[in-house]
Amino acid sequence: MGAEAAGTTLAMMLLPFIAALFAPFLVRQLKQNAAWVLAAAPAAIFIYMLAHLDAVSAGGTITGGFAWIPSIGVDFSWYIDGLSLTFALLISGIGTLIVIYAGGYLKGHPQLGRFLSFILLFMGAMLGLVLADNFLTLFVYWELTSITSFLLIGFDHTREASRRAALQALIVTGGGGLLLLAGLLLVWNVTGIGSMSELLAAGDVMRDSPYYLAALILVLGGAFTKSAQFPLHFWLPNAMEAPTPVSAYLHSATMVKAGVYLLMRLNPAFGDTVAWETILPVFGGTTLIVGTLLAVRQTDLKLMLAYTTVSSLGLLVMLTGFGSEHAIEAAVLYLVAHSLFKGCLFMVAGTIDHEAGTRDVTRLRGLRAAMPITFAAALAAAVSMAGLPPFFGFLAKEEIYYALWATSPWALTFTLVAIVGNALMLVIGFAVALKPFLGSPVQTPKHAHEGPVMLWLGPVVLASAGLLAALLSGFFHAGISTPMASAVAGEATPVSISLIPSIGMPLFLSILTVAVGIGAYLAVDQLRGAIAKVLAAIGWGPDRGFDQFMRGLVRFSFRATALLQPGRLDFYVKVTFAFIALALLLPMVMFDELPQWPAWPSDIRFHELAIIGIGILGLFAVIVAKDRLTAIVSLGIQGFAVALIFMLFGAPDLSFTQFMVETLSVVILALVMTRLRLNASDYRPTGERIVSGAIAIAGGLAFTLYLLKVTQGTLDMRLTEFFNEFSRPIAHGANIVNVILVDFRGTDTLGEIAVVTVAGLAILALLRVRTRHRTRSVVDAPIAPRTAEGEA
Amino acid sequence: MEPVLAIFVGLLFTTAIYLMTSRHTIRILMGVAVLGNGVNLLIFTSGRLTRDVPPIIPAGLDAPLIPIANPLPQALILTAIVISFSFFAFLLVLGFRAYQELATDDSRDMRLAEPADDPLPPLGY
Repeated sequence: MGAEAAGTTLAMMLLPFIAALFAPFLVRQLKQNAAWVLAAAPAAIFIYMLAHLDAVSAGGTITGGFAWIPSIGVDFSWYIDGLSLTFALLISGIGTLIVIYAGGYLKGHPQLGRFLSFILLFMGAMLGLVLADNFLTLFVYWELTSITSFLLIGFDHTREASRRAALQALIVTGGGGLLLLAGLLLVWNVTGIGSMSELLAAGDVMRDSPYYLAALILVLGGAFTKSAQFPLHFWLPNAMEAPTPVSAYLHSATMVKAGVYLLMRLNPAFGDTVAWETILPVFGGTTLIVGTLLAVRQTDLKLMLAYTTVSSLGLLVMLTGFGSEHAIEAAVLYLVAHSLFKGCLFMVAGTIDHEAGTRDVTRLRGLRAAMPITFAAALAAAVSMAGLPPFFGFLAKEEIYYALWATSPWALTFTLVAIVGNALMLVIGFAVALKPFLGSPVQTPKHAHEGPVMLWLGPVVLASAGLLAALLSGFFHAGISTPMASAVAGEATPVSISLIPSIGMPLFLSILTVAVGIGAYLAVDQLRGAIAKVLAAIGWGPDRGFDQFMRGLVRFSFRATALLQPGRLDFYVKVTFAFIALALLLPMVMFDELPQWPAWPSDIRFHELAIIGIGILGLFAVIVAKDRLTAIVSLGIQGFAVALIFMLFGAPDLSFTQFMVETLSVVILALVMTRLRLNASDYRPTGERIVSGAIAIAGGLAFTLYLLKVTQGTLDMRLTEFFNEFSRPIAHGANIVNVILVDFRGTDTLGEIAVVTVAGLAILALLRVRTRHRTRSVVDAPIAPRTAEGEA
Repeated sequence: MEPVLAIFVGLLFTTAIYLMTSRHTIRILMGVAVLGNGVNLLIFTSGRLTRDVPPIIPAGLDAPLIPIANPLPQALILTAIVISFSFFAFLLVLGFRAYQELATDDSRDMRLAEPADDPLPPLGY
């Protein structure tokens, strides 16, 4: 692939983000018609991707990229094969229609510009996700879809339900994204493979790895949360709080399929093992059944569709993990069919809501005369969803039964699951597409009439696409199905199914499904009542569990904060010093780095010992002193002892400074103390004395041992020698300490002066500033009389 | 000589930590003052000790002839003494003003920033 073509691909990946930047300004100028202009961006991507169809269907792949973080070998790279191309076409194609639909749906909404901007941002993230080759590129886009989905679900952020749904989706899918990251990093670490294309080319490397199961579980954690597999399905129906264009785009056609995309992408590297072919069908099959049962119970059009989306995702996961060529083909066909009919039905539900004022299926009747175009599109999509000819859904369902039908108990179970699931999906499809339109018209909150072209264009195009793809199945398989199935299976997998049914078991199972479905459709009200009763009897679901989890999290962090930060200064100081002592002592003990037992220094002189002894006495007096003034005076004693030590060991400058500072400290401290009317002594309870004492002794011991260890080692004298050698020749000074301070390290000294200045200014400010409600005036009081406290 | 000073430094640290873990601002202040001495002496000792000979180059020479005290730790400590003194003065005034405003020198009674009866954060969304 040439550099020019690589540049174009990159530009196409960036295009939605650029369009998102301009969306608010365009909407300000053009109102809802800005959607027509903005739809040009996904349309351009769609056409660009179509142009690759020939190359990809001939078995080619398109790769490209550039180094992103070369130091750790991370690239920004893309990889286009049959799988990613089909996804890119769905994302950009349906995206075009959704942008137009959103313009009509949110016509006149003050935040339409922001909404279109979010939708385009999401489109860019999703497109990047399916095109990404490098693991980290993939992860960044994966989390970006979670974040943009958060923004879209929470679009109507003044409602609490909306905020809750947005947060829930973010926590579930974002948390799953972290699992995925861990899984991908594990693969990267174990195999040294950092991109999808290399992983696909590496054959059995991952399957043979001892870390296979761990990596699999982590990756499945990402895929199952994103694709709403039971028991983590609950966020998807809640996400219906978002405006309908979001539900149609993210929560049916694209984002929730990201998990399925990941499984399909990894199938050649991770599939064909017992774990893969057990976990995926079991979770997928359970999700399929649970989803359809919960869907039947709903009366809100969007919620009914949302739960069938959950079940369709379950079906896709089940097929992807079933492990036969036909199952892969069925998954591919069903994925495309589902995107087309579900996107259409969601838009229909939105149009009904928009024009009639309600989405409650029990309050809608006889809209067919008022909304003929919408009805036609809804009917076509529902027939496809039911798996009836001549629509694409029929091909998908035939292929599903080809794939599942066998006489082993395992296969029979899943055939049964598929029949029940498909039959119930037929029920929902017809409940959404027929019930609101048939019968005699009833009073609806708004006087219903056909929506504008922006609202019916999307459903009509998607429904027609479902018909055309089935009628021209030969072309469609050659361009889309076969390359995609081959990419998923990892080997050439030609798809050949057409509308002409062959007499056999699959056809019989299809007829059985339709019969069961029609029976259930007629008895849908009884079925709904029965399921509601069962759910009421259970009384708990993962959705409520999420609330409990969140409340528990808040309570737990509140308690943990109260425990670790009780608001007591002495507690903080104790913890700090206890950790300092541990940090010094533990490594010395653990790594056998304790200093040698020192010999008694032979050269020690009596006056040195006497000064240190006086210092120790001063310290002792500070601690045991009953009243404060004694303590302050004793403080001066230890300070002067230190000053004398400096004097004895060749540091007269230090000694003078220390004498001055100690004197000033003691005088100021004593002056201030006498102005405070405090108790003479500071009482400390015995328990606290013991704890503080233990920490203090541990700290002192730690520093003694540390200093012994340091002085027993060798000292790097290079800097000292440099200063000794060059003080006079370069800096013309005899006092080396002074030369260091004012010359070699003059800037440091400037910094020191600045610190002193700032401290002085802060002190001045503290003394000047007065709060309005003073509790007690001490400053104005005369200097405290020399009481017993002062004399002591 | 270093081992003896190491023990003295340890005692300075012990005293400083014991004082700083008190609840009363004055004790904490005294602890800060002692801690400064402990740290300075720690740096001084780890630069090794040389008796009596300050790091001064005799007149007429370009470099010292006999071993002199290590000037590097002395330069560091000189800076440290001054800064710890200004820090001490600041803390002293802070404690004084806190006493004026809050009428207490007990740090456990100073709960303006972290109130004792902080309510549970909202549990909704």
